[in-house]
Amino acid sequence: MSDPSLRQTPLATLHLGDRKTSPAHDATVRLAEKIFIAKINLRADPSNRKLMRVFEKVLGFALPLESNTTNGKAVRSALWLGPDEWLITAPSSQEQALFKALSEAAEAHHLAITDVSDARTVFLLSGPNARDVLEKGCGLDLHPRAFQTGCCAQTRLARTGVLLHQTSDEPAYDIHVSWSFAAYLWIWLEDAAAEFNVTIVADDG
Amino acid sequence: MLLIDCPYCGPREEIEFSYGGEAHIERPKQPDKLSDAEWADYLFMRNNPKGPLAERWCHSYGCRRWFNVERHTVTHEIQRVYKMGEPRGGEEGT
Ligand SMILES: [Zn+2]
Repeated sequence: MSDPSLRQTPLATLHLGDRKTSPAHDATVRLAEKIFIAKINLRADPSNRKLMRVFEKVLGFALPLESNTTNGKAVRSALWLGPDEWLITAPSSQEQALFKALSEAAEAHHLAITDVSDARTVFLLSGPNARDVLEKGCGLDLHPRAFQTGCCAQTRLARTGVLLHQTSDEPAYDIHVSWSFAAYLWIWLEDAAAEFNVTIVADDG
Repeated sequence: MLLIDCPYCGPREEIEFSYGGEAHIERPKQPDKLSDAEWADYLFMRNNPKGPLAERWCHSYGCRRWFNVERHTVTHEIQRVYKMGEPRGGEEGT
């Protein structure tokens, strides 16, 4: 775990600070960086019912067992990454406590828990035209008949590996992207959104 | 571009996957007992059928799992997708 006081956003070089505004009423695309989200990777056998119940107790909800789905309560979420792999997200302030709670509760079981908070950053892309922006660089079928609120997918966006998570019907998406690709993807997203009325939002609020 | 049906994530475009060559090639249990020709056969010789070929693919940009695909080498039609460890040629195995 890195020293939280040393953390800085991978978008620091873009100097977005001066351009952040509260969202304009007519903005059809809003773009924000969700700074410093805790992310914990879990590898465990889903057929181990006892262990699944341990996770449910610590998290307050069950790990999603169906592919490409998520589960969550309040500010915590669990995203399906593979048949025996999940990503837990939570506010940065809970990072160390949640990691400790999960590790201790599952101590007797065969599993892997890894803090990967600083491997990726998260963008929030929302608004009526958000899906149009994504569709310029993503091969997934994002139409509501195939991808809805609560769905997640690891895929490619603008040739970069991302973890996509639809968080509302508006629609709104969380886009997890590697630290080193973050500035590139942000610039790509701004360019792809340029034909719409795009606002850079100070905070995901 | 192929549309490959990952057994875990569902249909995704080919660019999300990496190719792993022919499937069901078993490493010899006792390599030191083999002649050079037999070892070379294991290392280098692969089927090159004009027709169905069982091959390995990895969903590199998705779930990162390996699985098997039976693909027709002339039409590129994907005839079957199945998990690692499952026998080739149908659920019953042949
Ligand atoms: Zn997959």
